[in-house]
Amino acid sequence: MNPFIVSPSPHIRSDRTTQNIMLDVIIALCPALIASVIIFGWRAFIISAVCVASCVLIEYLCRRLMKKEQTITDLSAVVTGLLLAMNLPVTIPLWVAVFGCFIAIAVTKQLFGGIGQNFANPAIAARVILLASFGSYMTNFTEPFDYAGVDAVATPTPLVQLANGGEVPSLLQMFLGDKPGCIGEVSALALLIGGVYLVVRRVIKPITPLVFIGTVFLLSGALGANPFYQILSGGLMIGAIFMATDYATTPSTNWGKVIFGLGAGLLTILIRQYGNYPEGVSFAILLMNILTPQIDKLATHKPLGGKKVEKHA
Amino acid sequence: MLKLNGLKLLHYKNSQDAQTVDMPVPAVVRIPMVQHMGAPCVPVVKPGEEVLAGQLIGKSEQAFSVPIHSSVSGKVKAIEDYVASSGALVKRVVIETDGQQRWIDGTPRTVSTQQELVDAARDAGIAGLGGAGFPTHIKLAYKDVDRIDALVINAAECEPYITSDYREMLEYPDDIIEGIKTVMKCLNITKAFIGIEDNKPEAIALLNQKVQGTAIRVEALKSIYPQGAEKVLIYNTTGRIIEEGEIPADKGVIVMNVTTVANLHRFLTTGRPLTHKRVTVDGSFVTNPMNVRVPIGTMISDLLEFAGVDCQMVHKALMGGPMMGTALDTLETPIIKNNNAILVLDEAHARIPKTTACIRCGRCIDVCPMNLMPAALEKAYDQQDTERLETLKVNLCINCGSCTYVCPAKRNLAQKNQLAKGLLKRK
Repeated sequence: MNPFIVSPSPHIRSDRTTQNIMLDVIIALCPALIASVIIFGWRAFIISAVCVASCVLIEYLCRRLMKKEQTITDLSAVVTGLLLAMNLPVTIPLWVAVFGCFIAIAVTKQLFGGIGQNFANPAIAARVILLASFGSYMTNFTEPFDYAGVDAVATPTPLVQLANGGEVPSLLQMFLGDKPGCIGEVSALALLIGGVYLVVRRVIKPITPLVFIGTVFLLSGALGANPFYQILSGGLMIGAIFMATDYATTPSTNWGKVIFGLGAGLLTILIRQYGNYPEGVSFAILLMNILTPQIDKLATHKPLGGKKVEKHA
Repeated sequence: MLKLNGLKLLHYKNSQDAQTVDMPVPAVVRIPMVQHMGAPCVPVVKPGEEVLAGQLIGKSEQAFSVPIHSSVSGKVKAIEDYVASSGALVKRVVIETDGQQRWIDGTPRTVSTQQELVDAARDAGIAGLGGAGFPTHIKLAYKDVDRIDALVINAAECEPYITSDYREMLEYPDDIIEGIKTVMKCLNITKAFIGIEDNKPEAIALLNQKVQGTAIRVEALKSIYPQGAEKVLIYNTTGRIIEEGEIPADKGVIVMNVTTVANLHRFLTTGRPLTHKRVTVDGSFVTNPMNVRVPIGTMISDLLEFAGVDCQMVHKALMGGPMMGTALDTLETPIIKNNNAILVLDEAHARIPKTTACIRCGRCIDVCPMNLMPAALEKAYDQQDTERLETLKVNLCINCGSCTYVCPAKRNLAQKNQLAKGLLKRK
């Protein structure tokens, strides 16, 4: 007779695992990855491969050094690597990309305890630090379909052009990704395909992206900018769909997600319209990441039939 | 109207078309003296004594208890101690059956007042048969009876695999309806709802036909787990929310399980108390799922042998459903009143998944029918933060297991809530 397994109920579990959630995010990023290669050439793919490999390796080494259980098989490091790569210009020196991976995985994620414990989205934190530390590398954008890689001619992004009153691509070009920018952020179409996939697979709820993008649309329109250009510019699509929906660093209740989306949208527009930087999505998400514990507290569920508890002295 | 959270589960109602079969009396039954919530019974028979089927063998002086009757005729062999699946040390009466199955002379009764109904429920030995085992007579003895205006019959059977209540509805619909009428009459209740999950269309159609011209309504409820949880069922049938610290009767509702109410009626017509229970036998590798009417006190090993289950394949055995059932450490455990299923799992299905770090995905929050925050509760428990556990209302957790079920990190969230309740009690 076998010894029986005795465990607390329930005795059945859903098929969802951390690993297959992360796999779904990777699948959802594939359209953007493919678009990046089409638009910016093979160097885009090399950047992605280097970032993924570095993130996984750095996570492996961190866990080893800290004598903690290995977590690279949960694929979250792959997601971070891919996301960070999508947020880099095609001209980025590879060593800068690897430094970004170190910031993302070692500093932002593992030093705070690993998956689920980080207060900021690793890819966003890395992007912001790279932007502050290597501003010229991070804003060295090139024309689409100029496959010269690092030697390509520098050109301003539509957001810079909008701010300075220069010539901008058509809305269709903006939507498809025929514009200068970070490799994964330019094609709204590819990002939306990924977003729809994530919603259909129930990996994310559409609340945050809709509120975030909707807020940017309405506010920019109210401030006199062209709202269509505003929502198709910069990192808004990738930020709203892939980064503002990160589990660990955004609120977990539906109302919390609404507040997060509103705040991120508001900050984005404030930075874009009045700030020193042409783009504000990363800063907006990072700031809202920091506010997430407070939002979570504000948007706590009211238990069914629960009575208010007297506060202990 | 507020919609309660819940979970879509695969139903696995493999046994739904399995007509109830009677299990022949085994050579020996071991009848526990606790088969209900409340005080244990004291045996009133001695070793060597002859007993009849239906004869009283255990009772308690305490009001919050339910008497226990022999399910077989035979001779009392011993009174022994055993550790029940709840972990408590319990006495049980061992009876060697004589194969005659001679019954007591049951006298039918008629009841028309609350007191008569309460006495009948107690004498019938009935405790909530849906699984909780709450003494039925206590429920029916609610003091402020004028406040009660609705009877809710729990026929949701939301746990996967189990079809014991479903078979009751298909095979004994009249007992159910008559039982409901009796309760309504004695407690002067004007309306009754039978809540059934919509994955049982045949039962819904049959009962709908039977309730024609009565004040009883059949409510087809969405098959969303845990539809059969008392508070969820009350809300989805009557729209009433049972506040913290209240019992359903405080909101004018009495909830009874469908098999409980049918058994109450059978006691009134035959005078024979509850001695047998229909149990679904199924599981991950069971080729012939069954519904078996089992004499109470029958060993699960005997039941599985009767049902043709290969015990060598069993790596996990459950009393009850896969969501809330209790895992057994041995098949040498007797069937009791509130069992409605014995499920057996093979190695692959019994395997406990590896727990990983919480990724804060919020799935547990989305499914909690009580609108709690399981991940936050787990954190508070791990920090032994009793104040936060109270604020987050861990006491309202009904242990339905939905949070644990959906967790992609495979964390035992529901278990933590039960531990947290214990922590608050000890404080």
